[in-house]
Amino acid sequence: MSSYTLKVNGESHTVDVAPDTPLLWVLRDHLNLVGTKYGCGMGLCGACTVHLNGAAMRSCQLPVSAVGAQPITTIEGLDPAGVSAVQQAWDEVDVPQCGYCQSGQIMSAAALLASNPQPTDSDIDSAMAGNLCRCGTYVRIRQAIHLAAEKTAAKA
Amino acid sequence: MNTELASRFADRNAAATGVSRRGFIKTTGAAYAGLSLGLMLPGRSAAADKNPAFPAPDDGDFAPNFHLRIARDGSVVIVSQNPECGQGVKTALPMLIAEELEVTWDSVQITQAGLDNRYQRQMAGGSGATPAHFMEFRRLGATAKAMLITAAAQSWDVPESECHAAANAVHHAASGRSLGYGELVTAASALEVPDAESVQLKDPQDFKILGKRIPGIDNPALFTGKPLFGIDQTVPGMVHATFIKCPTFGGTVKNANLDHVKRQPGVTDAFVIEGNGKIDELLPGVAILGVDTWSVLKAASRALIVEWDYPEETAGQSTDGFYAQAEKLSAGEPQKELRADGDVDTALTQASASLESYYTYPYLSHATLEPQNCVAVVTADRAEIWAPTQLPSWGRGLIAGNLGIPEENVFIHMTRIGGGFGRRLISDYMVQCAAIAQRAGVPVKMTWSREEDTQHDLYRAAGWHRFKGGVDAAGKLVAWQDHFVTVGQQSDSEPGRGAGISSDEFPGRFVPNFKLSQTVINTGIPLGWWRAPGSCAIAFATQSFLDELAQASGVDPVEFKLAVLGEEAKPAAGGRGPEYHGGRMSTVVKDAAAKIGWGKTLPKGEGLGVAFHFSHLGYVAIGAHVQVSPAGQLTVKRVVASCDVGETIMNLSGAENQVQGSIVDGLSSALGLQVTVANGAVQQSNFHDYPLMRINGTPEKIEVHFISTPFPTTGLGEPALPPLAPAIGNAIFAATGKRVRSMPFNQVDLSWS
Repeated sequence: MSSYTLKVNGESHTVDVAPDTPLLWVLRDHLNLVGTKYGCGMGLCGACTVHLNGAAMRSCQLPVSAVGAQPITTIEGLDPAGVSAVQQAWDEVDVPQCGYCQSGQIMSAAALLASNPQPTDSDIDSAMAGNLCRCGTYVRIRQAIHLAAEKTAAKA
Repeated sequence: MNTELASRFADRNAAATGVSRRGFIKTTGAAYAGLSLGLMLPGRSAAADKNPAFPAPDDGDFAPNFHLRIARDGSVVIVSQNPECGQGVKTALPMLIAEELEVTWDSVQITQAGLDNRYQRQMAGGSGATPAHFMEFRRLGATAKAMLITAAAQSWDVPESECHAAANAVHHAASGRSLGYGELVTAASALEVPDAESVQLKDPQDFKILGKRIPGIDNPALFTGKPLFGIDQTVPGMVHATFIKCPTFGGTVKNANLDHVKRQPGVTDAFVIEGNGKIDELLPGVAILGVDTWSVLKAASRALIVEWDYPEETAGQSTDGFYAQAEKLSAGEPQKELRADGDVDTALTQASASLESYYTYPYLSHATLEPQNCVAVVTADRAEIWAPTQLPSWGRGLIAGNLGIPEENVFIHMTRIGGGFGRRLISDYMVQCAAIAQRAGVPVKMTWSREEDTQHDLYRAAGWHRFKGGVDAAGKLVAWQDHFVTVGQQSDSEPGRGAGISSDEFPGRFVPNFKLSQTVINTGIPLGWWRAPGSCAIAFATQSFLDELAQASGVDPVEFKLAVLGEEAKPAAGGRGPEYHGGRMSTVVKDAAAKIGWGKTLPKGEGLGVAFHFSHLGYVAIGAHVQVSPAGQLTVKRVVASCDVGETIMNLSGAENQVQGSIVDGLSSALGLQVTVANGAVQQSNFHDYPLMRINGTPEKIEVHFISTPFPTTGLGEPALPPLAPAIGNAIFAATGKRVRSMPFNQVDLSWS
């Protein structure tokens, strides 16, 4: 076990864990930030998506020892009031069914919109193809990303 | 409302009204607070009233039933009694109460109940909550509204008929007076609860909430990462655990290197659970406990070595073997005749066109994105469980039995469920976690790895159909024969869970000469219900063969299907099961065909297909437009669903979401999924070899249409899935001339020239 100090959602947290512990389990089991989900442990489903330095990252594939001082944002820190354009669009379109994958979907969508504010359907499909939704809400995910893009453009 | 529901509802209210009015309110309050309820529902023990999984209101609330309470400050709380697995029940059922109560949706808070004997049918399955509760829950709201109106009318000394309720208040139009519901709590609490059957329900034309698009009640919590799911739960002093079972079904632990496992970093304990020999209760295996999930998953995958003892018979089983066996059996004499109408043999001989075809479909896994998990706190004579479960009452009984504690001392919190699809009707993971917690003597959160989840499911059964069909000179279906070969679970005569076929299976009842027979292959592979059990696969076979017969006889397939359906309602054999209304189905078939553009000319390599299926009381037809490249690459361009689930769509957003999801689920499984078995073990392990549909494979357009008919409102979790696969298969035939007779389609050569 080793000690690591992580910057998560703007706050510093020190944990004592095995160096190979994926960030996913540090967040969930040690920091009780359970919005980031476990689905596959192989980077195949995207349920564990967080932002590392603002980029979407599968936290199940990132050992805690590799994080260093890089800032991490989880779903809990994306906009704690839940009123970011993406979160609002997700509610207006009423995307979720079971909802288990949606925090990962939202983190991937937010990262996409940060780099590409007006994505096409094809941009969305490429950027979101790593996020599985077992309930099949994909049509609504496309719709919500377009709506979030409109909301952001309207504010700018 | 059917009579069974009506009598159940009457019973419940008889119990409530049998108590004196002050006594009722006091008792209700006390029950919520966990003191005593023996008076209200005879036969309930005092222990069960101290149910920590049941939300307790403040004393003095107006609580005319267990689903609803209004506080003096006017706040309205509606209890959601069923598990939420994504079917939208936590939003839709409270909408029924809110509608009749005349409260604004934004003013309502919804709280999740735990398992509690005061509720009936606390489960997520069979698309059954809507038909079971649609009228009952409206009456719960209407009863409370009637009492509030009475209270207001009495305080103003005016006739009730001059008062009406709207937006959380009772109004007296003549005098312009109003009293908010909060102001009426004390007076309404002193009234007798009226007979539920006597209260007036709203005219559907006046609905303000039902039929609208209402976003899911848990959306804000989901979008900010709040702990909602089973896997998110924590309790003080909890350790993490995982549980490793024998890859070959039926195996037990002979030996395990537990000492080595216990020395792994973060591991605090490891032990063998003997199990009770029942697949759906307590499998034998190795439990590993530790400081976090990673420590136990890593020790399980990299340090644990187990020597298993497994039944040689199961170890010799494979899906290849079952397929070979089924092909042979289906051509032979059937084990059992399920239904015979008319004279199929003669009709086939006399038919002007006849066909024989063989259809197959594979085992499937549920692959819920939230793997199986559970949290258990077990003491000497008590267990408290947090679990994503579709059928908590079954789990409660099994936990009590396996732990040797009284059932009334087992309390179950129903967490939000990260996908059900039928997997969590079975409680194996709950019983395992409780057994581990009992043995460890500490609170335990057990999480399965994705690999364990894929390899220890209770699978959708594979199946095989050998059909014969005949069409007369007028192009009418006159004969249909199906020898259905299916799998049993340690049985050579009874199909396993979800592996059977109804003797009324379509086109039974719709064709004069009909024969359905069955043969069962004995297997050791665990079987369970998978979304739209039976229908999810059988519809592919029957609807594809129906299309084949139309093509073979040169009749337009949609016209052919409409001629089979007719307009009549056909009762089930012997009065068992629901009727099948040909007219309702004809209407959605015509609608789906029109909306997909049936009859239009398409470029070579593109085609349209239409299929329909009746299941879970819902009538759904699907139209599909596909494109197949000469090399055989399939693209689903557009899917249209036309659905008749009765008069009222409760939540338009949730209802559409269910149908859209059913279509994606149907595509996902039809196009690319199968579970295969070799040496008695499942060969798939994670999403690389069980490739669920992704966004980039999802059609650009999925359209959902509802047709309102004057029939009771029914559920939508399942009925839109079954007709999807045959609609695609029929469209592939139209595009390429190739008939797809097996799933998944990605194993079939679709190339054409």
